Amino acid sequence: MNSNGMSLIVKTVTRLTVGFIFVYGIYIVLHGHISPGGGFAGGVIIALSFVNLMLAYGKQELYRRIPKLFLALFETVGAIMFLGIAILGFMSGYFFYDWFVSKGKPFTIFSAGTIPLSNIAIALKVSSGLFAIFLVLVLIRVTGGSQE
Amino acid sequence: MLELNLIMLFVIIAAFIAVEMKDLLSAVVSVAAAGLGLCIMFLILKAPDIAITQLVVEIFLLIILIRATIRKDLPFSTSGRWFFNTLMTVVFLIVFLSVGYFVLKQLPQFGHPLMRVSGYYLSEGLEKTRATNLVTSILLGFRAYDTLGEATVLFTAVISVLAVMRKKGRKKIDEAEDKYEL
Repeated sequence: MNSNGMSLIVKTVTRLTVGFIFVYGIYIVLHGHISPGGGFAGGVIIALSFVNLMLAYGKQELYRRIPKLFLALFETVGAIMFLGIAILGFMSGYFFYDWFVSKGKPFTIFSAGTIPLSNIAIALKVSSGLFAIFLVLVLIRVTGGSQE
Repeated sequence: MLELNLIMLFVIIAAFIAVEMKDLLSAVVSVAAAGLGLCIMFLILKAPDIAITQLVVEIFLLIILIRATIRKDLPFSTSGRWFFNTLMTVVFLIVFLSVGYFVLKQLPQFGHPLMRVSGYYLSEGLEKTRATNLVTSILLGFRAYDTLGEATVLFTAVISVLAVMRKKGRKKIDEAEDKYEL
């Protein structure tokens, strides 16, 4: 694989559009309880923006921007956040009890209790996990001698 | 319903082309066409959540397929056991079609589902959870325990992939270890 990335045209177009893709993923996640979408779809869109960056610029630029530790960190933080929201329901009832006191008006962002928080947790998990799987499956070349 | 049947026919033809094509890139493009047709079918059936997820996951899987498999020389042998393979294909086709015939006769009519639990979700969902997207309110409100199970499945998959493909901590067998990047 060429580690320097693609041509200048691809790099310029990626530099102009990758931010919009990232912001659109965040929009899908944050409006998951109002409009179609949700944590999983938004997380995959965020992961796709990083995939786009890596395909255009090569892996050296990506390693300079994102340390490898961050992927495992975000994955773990998302899992613990989702489980913590579930366990906090025990304060006033049962597993996954909606522990917000005021649930807000419908059709606004700050509504629906714990559902937006769960969406954010799932988006963190899905984006970092899918991007880690992409990195592992694409970058690692298994040669004939080292298959065991 | 006519457009739904037409798109279904298109998806079936694209799937057959993807199976029968000798060139790997053409097969991947055919898979993409089948996935796009499936996405439009979900939109016609009024399920935009599933359509968004289908489109996005399709793009992700296609990128992985193109970058991870197209350079590799995949061994694919059909010689030798053609009689056994054809026999097993015919037997499985007969079994699946007969079981599907008897099972699908029991289903309710298309567009008239049995509304017992889902009727309660439809009538009480906005009051109970205050989420206007009813799919999300079922996924993370009423049925959040199932979503926790799915998140655990994804977590286990990522952890196992990273553990199998890791570089640190492996035994140094030969010089080919340097090919591992992560």
